[in-house]
Amino acid sequence: MSTQTPDTDSETEQPSSTSHQERRMAEKQARKEQREADEAAAANEIQGETVELKVFRYDPEIEGKEEPRFDSFTVPFEKGMTVLDALIYARDEYDSSLTFRHSCRQAVCGSDAFFVNGSQRLGCQTQIADLDGPVRVEPLPHQEVVKDLVVEMDHFYDQMESVDPFFDTDETPDGEEQRQSRENREEIKLSTRCIWCGACMSSCNIAAGDNQYLGPAAINKAYRFYMDEREGENKRQERLEIIEAEHGVWRCQTQFSCTNVCPKDIPLTEHIQELKREAVKQNLKFW
Amino acid sequence: MYEHDVIVVGGGGAGLRAAIAAHEEGADVAIVTKLHPVRSHTGAAEGGINAALQEGDSWQDHAYDTMKGSDYLGDAPAVDTFAQDAPEEVIQLEHWGMPFSREEDGTVSQRPFGGLSFPRTTYAGAETGHHMLHTLYEQVVKRGIEVYDEWYVSQVAVTDEDDPNERDCEGVVAWDVQSGEIAGFRARDGVILATGGLGQAFDHTTNAVANTGDGVAIAYRAGVPMEDMEMIQFHPTTLPSTGVLISEGVRGEGGILYNSEGERFMFEYGYATNDGELASRDVVARAELTEVQEGRGVDDEYVYLDMRHLGEERITDRLENILHLARDFEGVDGLEEPMPVKPGQHYAMGGIEVNEHGETCIDGLYAAGECACVSLHGGNRLGGNALPELLVFGARAGRHAAGADMPEPKIETGPRDDFEREDIGVPVGEPGAREAAADGGAVENPGSDPKAVVEATAEAERERIETLLEREDGVNHADVRADLQESMTENVNVFREEGNLKEALRDIQDARERYQDVYVADKSRTFNTDLQHTIETRNLLDVAEAITMGALARDEFRGAHWRKEHQERKDDEYLKHTLVSWNDGEPELWYRPVILEGDEQTYEPKERSY
Repeated sequence: MSTQTPDTDSETEQPSSTSHQERRMAEKQARKEQREADEAAAANEIQGETVELKVFRYDPEIEGKEEPRFDSFTVPFEKGMTVLDALIYARDEYDSSLTFRHSCRQAVCGSDAFFVNGSQRLGCQTQIADLDGPVRVEPLPHQEVVKDLVVEMDHFYDQMESVDPFFDTDETPDGEEQRQSRENREEIKLSTRCIWCGACMSSCNIAAGDNQYLGPAAINKAYRFYMDEREGENKRQERLEIIEAEHGVWRCQTQFSCTNVCPKDIPLTEHIQELKREAVKQNLKFW
Repeated sequence: MYEHDVIVVGGGGAGLRAAIAAHEEGADVAIVTKLHPVRSHTGAAEGGINAALQEGDSWQDHAYDTMKGSDYLGDAPAVDTFAQDAPEEVIQLEHWGMPFSREEDGTVSQRPFGGLSFPRTTYAGAETGHHMLHTLYEQVVKRGIEVYDEWYVSQVAVTDEDDPNERDCEGVVAWDVQSGEIAGFRARDGVILATGGLGQAFDHTTNAVANTGDGVAIAYRAGVPMEDMEMIQFHPTTLPSTGVLISEGVRGEGGILYNSEGERFMFEYGYATNDGELASRDVVARAELTEVQEGRGVDDEYVYLDMRHLGEERITDRLENILHLARDFEGVDGLEEPMPVKPGQHYAMGGIEVNEHGETCIDGLYAAGECACVSLHGGNRLGGNALPELLVFGARAGRHAAGADMPEPKIETGPRDDFEREDIGVPVGEPGAREAAADGGAVENPGSDPKAVVEATAEAERERIETLLEREDGVNHADVRADLQESMTENVNVFREEGNLKEALRDIQDARERYQDVYVADKSRTFNTDLQHTIETRNLLDVAEAITMGALARDEFRGAHWRKEHQERKDDEYLKHTLVSWNDGEPELWYRPVILEGDEQTYEPKERSY
């Protein structure tokens, strides 16, 4: 395990500096130091604390990283700091090879689901202040690790796509919208919030043991279309057949782990249960 | 080498819509994107999609509002085309299953938005972009369109004629982030850049970390001019600590802005005595900062946006996502207390110069969406006009690239000898040797064989990346980027002064010099984000420079561009677009007249009041 400290000498020499430029660089440096001092003072006022991160590291082609290990990073704590903020700080200040997916910083792109202190969470949505230290950050379990916190998502995407995740209506009115009741929109609303982060799939014991299980996210996607009153009848039936096949809804053992970790508060287990009921109803109809 | 008819770079709204359109024209189309499509920043758009759908509204009114909002820097053919096509695009989206918010009768709801003369903003809660992005991606899956996700496009492969107008685009070069493979992608019919925003040039932005202006910068270095880059929108309601966006929908539904004295300043201090909070974004952003500067801000930094009076039911129904954002990213309960807000960089009105079919001056190279400048938004974009732009001009670019028969464009592209040029009198461009190792400029390529052009560009890219990886020490790109962002936010913000703009250009020159010594500490081929971010930082330098050059040259106040020394709009002098050409490392600034003659009317510049 390596413990890394801030690199204090981040300024580099300018190859062709003029005296004017030197002066300006000096002024800039002074401003930067002042700002850093101000920021440090402000941070001290609030907490004066640091947070210790223990981050999973792995890289198949770098010596010393082929075997997974944990690196520790000590990051200055600021009010409102998220796990993602702390990771970015560690990367930009200590080790630029620290690798993780992230983009929007506001819990909508679904890139930064990690295993934080033993639970699947979005890094950007998790406040450091809410966690016990040291904060342990690992890649999502039950998915192949590509590097550091980056996991292989292809299997997740394949499962999502296996439920025909697209709207397929029988016919649409010419030049105007289809009607949809407010009640029906309300019924599908929570299911449409999914951001494909993969937290649910990673938390699911069944998915861990059965690689072909569709998983909560894909079943929720099927629910989103099945329950939409605008959806065409043929496609509804086709999709129902997909989700009640061998590795579909009946695998779910209602452990609620997916529902517990979903960062968008989607009642995944309930949606799976509702589709089980729909499947039973349909089967009785044709019996 | 990979090969397709049409290659779309970017998997956000514009890219997905373009790919669907090209596919419907019968093209073999592929999307190459540095993020998986559902990760794209279209998903963060909140407020809505403008389209004249209802009785009593008309495309002409939508066009008029858009032109007025642009402060008469939009081109009429783009504005008219946009307003005409928007309704059918919105209906199309609904037919694809978009979960729009609904009225009692089941029709799509529309709400008021800033700068609009009619409530024409369709929406899906306060997460319209998320639903639009996923709906479009679903249709891409349905059609089996090939997606190369987590492939980073770092160059376009373009022939090397001296005059950019004579160049052809033959494809792109990309590397597979996961494996490190660098490959050429030959595009038989066209390349469509749809890479989105450039907000990472600033340090307080609503934009994602991925919004680094890649498409703008690579088109620029291939010879396509950047247009109206100084026109940067600062959104008036972003959360102070993170830059997370609070939708204009809050004000559309009746949210109120207060200063520290509890005054409704938009009215009380005369910033917009008719429309108040629902004035155009540039007007509200300047009003907020003026309040702060005059000592009526909260903590000398922000103002309050209050929606409590709307009631829990309405808020939960139409703005629920705002409650989550305010809670998660500012620790504020929007039902119980007002939300702190301040202006933050939000949108680039400018970008890659294109015509109304998305064509650049380089044959076979297109652009659509935020990275493009058609020019629709001119000096200021109206809220709710970005998402329909993605649909309308994404679809048009896709169709045209796939060979659809379309009328002659009315907008001209590319430099011409008789256009007015301006020397801004401050050093810009690539310092020292143009053949710098980290340069991403045009490469010499062999003749006109398209595949050879793509392969030569790929080979040059392999060498460039090899050089970056071989350096054992040097400058960390993150330091260069942080200084650039800080200078841009300090000097090229809502209020602009000549001295600050010149300082920003000097900072950018410094940053360019330091970038010559940049190195990548991570030597792995596997998922090397260090390398990717290093290349992105280079792109940010180019776009930041063009933004600042345009801001320094435009001696007037128009739309989002305010200059301390020139606080009035100068229609005699500045009814013209600013263009910046890379010019092999010595950027050149020139102008093209605005087109105000539309389909049915000529737009007469009027005083812009709200």
